Amino acid sequence: MSAQAKQENYLNAKHTVASWLFSLDHKRIALLYLLTILLFFVLGGIAAMLFRVELLTPGPAVMESETYNRLFTMHGITMIFFFLIPSIPAVLGNFLLPIMLGAKDLAFPRLNLASWYVFTFGGLLGLGAIIFGGVDTGWTFYTPYSSTYANSQVILAALGIFIAGFASIMTGLNFIVTIHKMRAPGLTWFRLPLFVWSHYATSIIIILGTPVVAITILLVAIERIFEVGIFDPALGGDPVLFQHLFWFYSHPAVYIMILPGMGVISEIIACFSRKRIFGYPVVALSSLAIAILGFFVWGHHMFVSSQSMYAGMIFSILSFLVAIPSAIKVFNWVATMYGGSVKLDTPMLYALGFLGLFIIGGLTGLFLATMAVNVHVHDTYFVVAHFHYVMVGGMVMAFFGGLHFWWPKITGKLFPELLGRITVVIIFIGFNLTFFPQFIVGYLGMPRRYHIYPEEFQFLHVLSTAGASVLAIGYMLMAVYLLYSLVLGPKASRNPWKAAGLEWTTPSPPPTHNFSEPPVVKFEAYAYDEEEVYQDDAEPGDKGHG
Amino acid sequence: MADGQAHTPNLAHHFDSMDQQRESSSLGMWLFLAQEVMFFGGLFVAYGVYRFKYQEAFAVASNHLSVAWGAFNTVVLICSSLTMALAVRAAQLGDKKRIIRYLVATILLASLFLGVKGIEYTEKYHDQLVPGPTFQYEPDFDQYAVPVTAETAHPNFAGHVHLFYSFYFVMTGMHALHMVIGIGLMIWLIVKAQRDRFSREYYAPVEMTGLYWHFVDIVWIFLFPLVYLVWRH
Repeated sequence: MSAQAKQENYLNAKHTVASWLFSLDHKRIALLYLLTILLFFVLGGIAAMLFRVELLTPGPAVMESETYNRLFTMHGITMIFFFLIPSIPAVLGNFLLPIMLGAKDLAFPRLNLASWYVFTFGGLLGLGAIIFGGVDTGWTFYTPYSSTYANSQVILAALGIFIAGFASIMTGLNFIVTIHKMRAPGLTWFRLPLFVWSHYATSIIIILGTPVVAITILLVAIERIFEVGIFDPALGGDPVLFQHLFWFYSHPAVYIMILPGMGVISEIIACFSRKRIFGYPVVALSSLAIAILGFFVWGHHMFVSSQSMYAGMIFSILSFLVAIPSAIKVFNWVATMYGGSVKLDTPMLYALGFLGLFIIGGLTGLFLATMAVNVHVHDTYFVVAHFHYVMVGGMVMAFFGGLHFWWPKITGKLFPELLGRITVVIIFIGFNLTFFPQFIVGYLGMPRRYHIYPEEFQFLHVLSTAGASVLAIGYMLMAVYLLYSLVLGPKASRNPWKAAGLEWTTPSPPPTHNFSEPPVVKFEAYAYDEEEVYQDDAEPGDKGHG
Repeated sequence: MADGQAHTPNLAHHFDSMDQQRESSSLGMWLFLAQEVMFFGGLFVAYGVYRFKYQEAFAVASNHLSVAWGAFNTVVLICSSLTMALAVRAAQLGDKKRIIRYLVATILLASLFLGVKGIEYTEKYHDQLVPGPTFQYEPDFDQYAVPVTAETAHPNFAGHVHLFYSFYFVMTGMHALHMVIGIGLMIWLIVKAQRDRFSREYYAPVEMTGLYWHFVDIVWIFLFPLVYLVWRH
């Protein structure tokens, strides 16, 4: 035991269970969120492993069709609504946003705590309905699957998503107000870290999009409970209207999921290239451009759903436009690395993995935005591979990259660097082995959501399942060494990566009020040419454990 | 920051000044209202699509609604917005008695609105126009002088009327739910006002509830013409 008095921080300030469950501290709430979404991530992952096993053989093997349908529905709903959407904003954003702004907390701490309760309740309700009741509509809840043909647990599952949606609105609202009103003196808009910019754009989408899916889900529930025909053609309703309303939110939701990841990548690339982000203002504004354009592309999900050809053409062109701000980001990240002193530490490896996989995911998105190609690959594994390259290859890589980057700040402990690097390589290989074959099998005509398929596809499916196992091993390895570092890891200094940013000027882990005295910002973000912004003056007591 | 302000009991620890706190709650409320606009917006779009698709059916169905009750309620709601605005004004002046008096008036007007809505719902219930398995509708075209068209001759004409009533109940029901929440907020404000929690410096909760109430009012200003008045015969 160190003889010196322990420095008080947000982790050791209080120890009771109630001090966690009723904490108004954004850092503690972020950790509550982290535990909750990791639980959902594991459950969604188990569902995926189970149906990957089923897909090893062309015929039915270990489960019935109904079980298979329920499993892919569980995987989709859990991963999208209960893991990906809250992942970076509610965990890393919650933890870092106030610190990056030099604030003591988010603008509405009680709303923040409420959002966690609402989210957890919604998530458990949704998952309970799926696991114990069985929902087999797929995560999209398309009518009439969800209104006429599915069992009544659909209402509960949809209600869970509806409730969790409010949590995400609360978080988004909190972020926008905090960014507008609580910036430290000297922190002008164009000095904000790009992580903050991307969360700002994300929050705008959340505020404007989520309520629309909420009312859509409510209409499905009303249709089922009161037996009215809002989306039922037999009673005069229009099932395609459901698709319009659903994708009006759910396509922008893709940007809710990827934009925060892009923010994380900007922070990591700047730090490990020791350079300013090339074209900072353009990268910042490209986040807003994605947020705005994202609201005008939903129709590309309906090229084959009786949408008019002219609407299809417009949506196709608008979808192409989204590639411009996305490409700006990718090119500027690469330009940042050019001529930088690049260090390949674990977070940087995640960022590089993100770049490669996001480029593939993004470019195949252009294939899908092309109407003629879309008709050929619509609802095939090509689409599955495309969005997993963006969501898992992009967002999940960014989430874990960010978790590693800020792990010393959040926990005050260092993780074993070598194991970290090995794990990134395992995850990268496992990911590509899982999803690259799906591009091919999809292009050859394998439809999504089927578990019985022609024998010639078996080889590619076996590769995919093998890759999923490698991926799972990578994630488990990460869980093991991160937990190990919590207990036995060496103590982290204030700024172990020598990164720029307000969060690195406060001790690791930060004190309850984030800063001992309110910070004043003198430099732009990523001023890596100013030595004073990235010093690591570790106090002597900090090196104790070694 | 002014030292006098830093010691105000109503200033949360993470804000530097009362101004910053008030501006934050105000921005937060406007963002919440933006989210509400999108929520009702989705509903209005869905209604608009079917209104356009089944024009005659929706016209016939809307003729069963009582314009008199709807207009009466519109006046009641606009009056409640006035009393709400007066309550906010009283809060700015730090006049506790008036805050409570105007909030009570607003609650009474809101209850009157909901009472009338209850009468209208009961009428629909007796006419078997409440959506669900009990819904029954026999078209009576002569009464409303609706021309016989492909739409009115549609075998599922009653189904389209059913659709109108589904939207009628969902939209007015959602609006009524927002009013009930507003009444709850006002009761909370009255309790706070009675405990002398508001002052000239701190009245943000009254102001925010006021914004919310005006929003609820505006939703009705759109609902009334869209549901009651379009293509009236």
